[in-house]
Amino acid sequence: MTKRNALELKAVKKNFGRAEIIRGVNLDVHEHERHVIIGPNGAGKSTLFNLISGRLKVSDGSIKLFDKNIHNMPAHKVNRMGLSRSFQVTNLFQNMTVMQNLRCSLLWSEGHKYAFWKSVMKQDRVTEHALALAEELNLSSQADTPASLLTYAEQRALEVGCTVASGAEVILLDEPTAGMSRTEANDAIQLIQRMTGKNTLVVVEHDLSVVFELADRISVLVYGEIIATGTPDEIRNNAAVQEAYLGTEVH
Amino acid sequence: MFETIAYSILNGVLYGTLLFMMSSGLTLIFGMMGVLNFAHASFYMLGAYFAYTLGLATGFWVALFLAPILVGAAGALVERYGLRRVHQYGHVPELLFTFGLAYVIEELVALFWGTVPVPYKAPASLDFTAFSLMGLDYSMFKVFILLVAIVMFVGLWLLLKKTRAGLVIQGALSRPDMVGALGHNVPMVFTFVFAFGCALAGLGGVVGGIQFVTDPGMAFMMGPIVFVVVVLGGLGSVPGALVASLIIGILQTFFLSINFSLAGAIGSLGIEDSGFFGVLWHMETTRIAAVLPYLLLVLTLIFRPRGLFGKREA
Amino acid sequence: MATNTAAGGASNLLRFWPWVVIPLLALILPQIFDSRHGITLLSHMGIAIIFALSYNMLLGNTGLLSFGHAVYYGLGAYVAMHVLRMVNDAGGEGLPLELIPVVGAAAGLFFGVIFGSFSVRRAGVVFAMITLGLGALVHSSSLMFSDFFGGEAGLFGNRVAAPSLFGVDYGSNTNTYYLVVAWALIAAIFIYLLRKTPLGWMANAVRDNPERAQFVGYNPTIVRFIQFALAAMFAGLAGGLFVITDEIVNDESVGQIQSGIVLLGTYIGGIGYFIGPMVGAALVTVLESSLSSYTEAWVLYFGLLFISIVMFAPMGLVGIVHTQYLTWKAGGWKGNTGIRLYMLLAGLVGIFGAICVIELSYHYFRSWDPSAPFGLMGFTVNATTALPWLVSFGIAIIGFGLMLFHGKPMLARRISATSEGGNA
Repeated sequence: MTKRNALELKAVKKNFGRAEIIRGVNLDVHEHERHVIIGPNGAGKSTLFNLISGRLKVSDGSIKLFDKNIHNMPAHKVNRMGLSRSFQVTNLFQNMTVMQNLRCSLLWSEGHKYAFWKSVMKQDRVTEHALALAEELNLSSQADTPASLLTYAEQRALEVGCTVASGAEVILLDEPTAGMSRTEANDAIQLIQRMTGKNTLVVVEHDLSVVFELADRISVLVYGEIIATGTPDEIRNNAAVQEAYLGTEVH
Repeated sequence: MFETIAYSILNGVLYGTLLFMMSSGLTLIFGMMGVLNFAHASFYMLGAYFAYTLGLATGFWVALFLAPILVGAAGALVERYGLRRVHQYGHVPELLFTFGLAYVIEELVALFWGTVPVPYKAPASLDFTAFSLMGLDYSMFKVFILLVAIVMFVGLWLLLKKTRAGLVIQGALSRPDMVGALGHNVPMVFTFVFAFGCALAGLGGVVGGIQFVTDPGMAFMMGPIVFVVVVLGGLGSVPGALVASLIIGILQTFFLSINFSLAGAIGSLGIEDSGFFGVLWHMETTRIAAVLPYLLLVLTLIFRPRGLFGKREA
Repeated sequence: MATNTAAGGASNLLRFWPWVVIPLLALILPQIFDSRHGITLLSHMGIAIIFALSYNMLLGNTGLLSFGHAVYYGLGAYVAMHVLRMVNDAGGEGLPLELIPVVGAAAGLFFGVIFGSFSVRRAGVVFAMITLGLGALVHSSSLMFSDFFGGEAGLFGNRVAAPSLFGVDYGSNTNTYYLVVAWALIAAIFIYLLRKTPLGWMANAVRDNPERAQFVGYNPTIVRFIQFALAAMFAGLAGGLFVITDEIVNDESVGQIQSGIVLLGTYIGGIGYFIGPMVGAALVTVLESSLSSYTEAWVLYFGLLFISIVMFAPMGLVGIVHTQYLTWKAGGWKGNTGIRLYMLLAGLVGIFGAICVIELSYHYFRSWDPSAPFGLMGFTVNATTALPWLVSFGIAIIGFGLMLFHGKPMLARRISATSEGGNA
């Protein structure tokens, strides 16, 4: 069965001044797969995410989302085409409550755009959807708590919820378990698997036990280049990967 | 025409050096602290008034050194007990704080020195004609202003390039997020830079107050123009501030000194002196001089927000 | 959890009582202050309230700090004035007076769309600087294009020589005042409801986190642009009303001072609350007109008040009251109500002393004869003698000193003692 590609990166390059951070990345992400990108610090993983999500412009190369070019589009257009992302540092509307955060994430996908003639609270579909999401995220009891007062793990969960809420088919998560304890990380991974069952998922992750649990396929990014892509087993046994990366961190 | 151009360039450079005395400090403060100090021109005004009052007692030459130091001290107090507190709320409250401060300083100056201009004059030792050019006399004081500006520029350059403190400031200008990593006492550095910038503005006031007029409205007159210079030069860029100061100084003097309108040059072409285009057609350049800086400000921010020399956007 | 309920209750209360109390006040006040001056002041208050509410659509709701909001107020006023003059010239035929403010609103919207299209791309300092430049540009232009702006003298109109929808005689100041109240109520309702729409929500979202807003599909520039245009529209409405109450408009209405005053008033009131700008605008109008008639120092008071708010109470006057109310509701006043009142009293004493010092200074430095006897708080004093200065400084230092170095530590001790007692 040949799968459609959700994301296709061709010879993507990015330089800041003379420093080349991404040096010609080629990457295919199949539809519905869970693709994890690993690599040492400074390999350019976050930059790569910023390029895909429209936060940065590419210096060269092309990025396609379901066969449509998205490179150099502003972030909100990329989002409307079906790609959503979370951040390494929690990035919520801190002054808003859990429900308000979820509602804001749903407004565009429910077609309300910039409307200034209808009340948000009267949009029943938005409310129902937001309540259902809060339930899935185990945040129902905190529905009216401002995001800034949630625990760290709860904030990260809410961020995943907001990212998924917009109905995007492709979800990018930047280190969703960073800074979490073992149990928190496990809960987070279960949550992600539950919430993104139907989506295509691209994750940057440091924690290798998480990586091998979550991934359908893994790509290894070293110094701005992808040195290998494959199933977890293939990656484990890849000599180049072991030399460049795994050898130092896996015991 | 040649005379006009020569005249504009001479006076424009003079005006530009005064602008630079203010804008260099403002751009340093912005570059390091991210604070666009609305009250910066108020410190320029304080410089003039302090020098005037001190001068009555000590004479001009002592005041020339003491007044900027006093202004710097006032700046340090403002930073330490005002700005630092507001800093935690973010940049907009900082801007609002300096905005309110400009009001208060203007009122205090009007309270202590009155609303009419004070008779702040050049000392007798500088009050003579240095040279004449094409029938126009240039006073020694104008030459002195240029000298002060050159000494200040060289001093600033040496400070930034040759001293440790200068290296820290420079590092902070290009990477404000890295100031903390330099391992210096960041609040101290902030206070110092703010005080130093205010002292530079004060120095500008000491000479500017003589060259122009010393009244409580002088800050409001100069304030927006200094913003224009800093934005045009590129926020945080000292060389940019120098170039922009000279550009604005020369342009404004030039527009003020030539009496020119499209109607005067080309003929009225039957266009009446009314209606939008009619007024523009008959507009004299002296009136354009007043709006020119603001036009430049808006255009710069729209088309090139990082200014001529700035490395990062505002 | 208790705090949560309190917050919910308080915000409910805050949400509904203004809609009853403020219109009631608007109807009662003209009965009390029924002089010509009083009614005019109340009308100006109503206009200032609309203007401040429109300003807060930018600063409070969208996080856009504008130094040039008077541009839309003033241009709205000028266009409305031209229409009023056309009606006057047509012998009082044409657009009814009640709808003149709509003309101002349309003009505000028009210029808001034009100027907004290039000024909202960035928020923060860049936006602030663009509005500052635009404000100065428009103000300078108003003195150049005297056909439209009437030069330094301004333009005059006559509100009586215009038809009325309801046959009301606007020769009476009171009737004009009620027209202002009606429009203020309409504007307030609309501005309030706008906050509840998807646009209003996303304006808050863009204010707090423009990047996140992009990743839920919204273009922050467009959100800011629509908010900006709508705010300009309400500013124009206020300008149109000003034309009716004052029958004159000049370059001051587009000037930087007008822009500064609306910013000061809005912030002093509290940008985080819907009624904040209302309170601030009303206060500023009263201070400006009444204080300026018996002290020269009003701008100084004004500036000091503003700086104190920025430094010590960034949520504004309404924020101070609201915070204390929440604490009280949550039982935070229990056992220390006396100390709080004591601090308030000491603070007031300090402010009283400071006012004495400022008034003395003004007399000493600004009057022709500083030694002339001068009335200060009911006493006749001589500003060239030491006594009044010593007393004034003494009162100020004792007041603030007791508040900060006696009351404040005492309150902190009491609170920590109570909470430890609670835990035990």
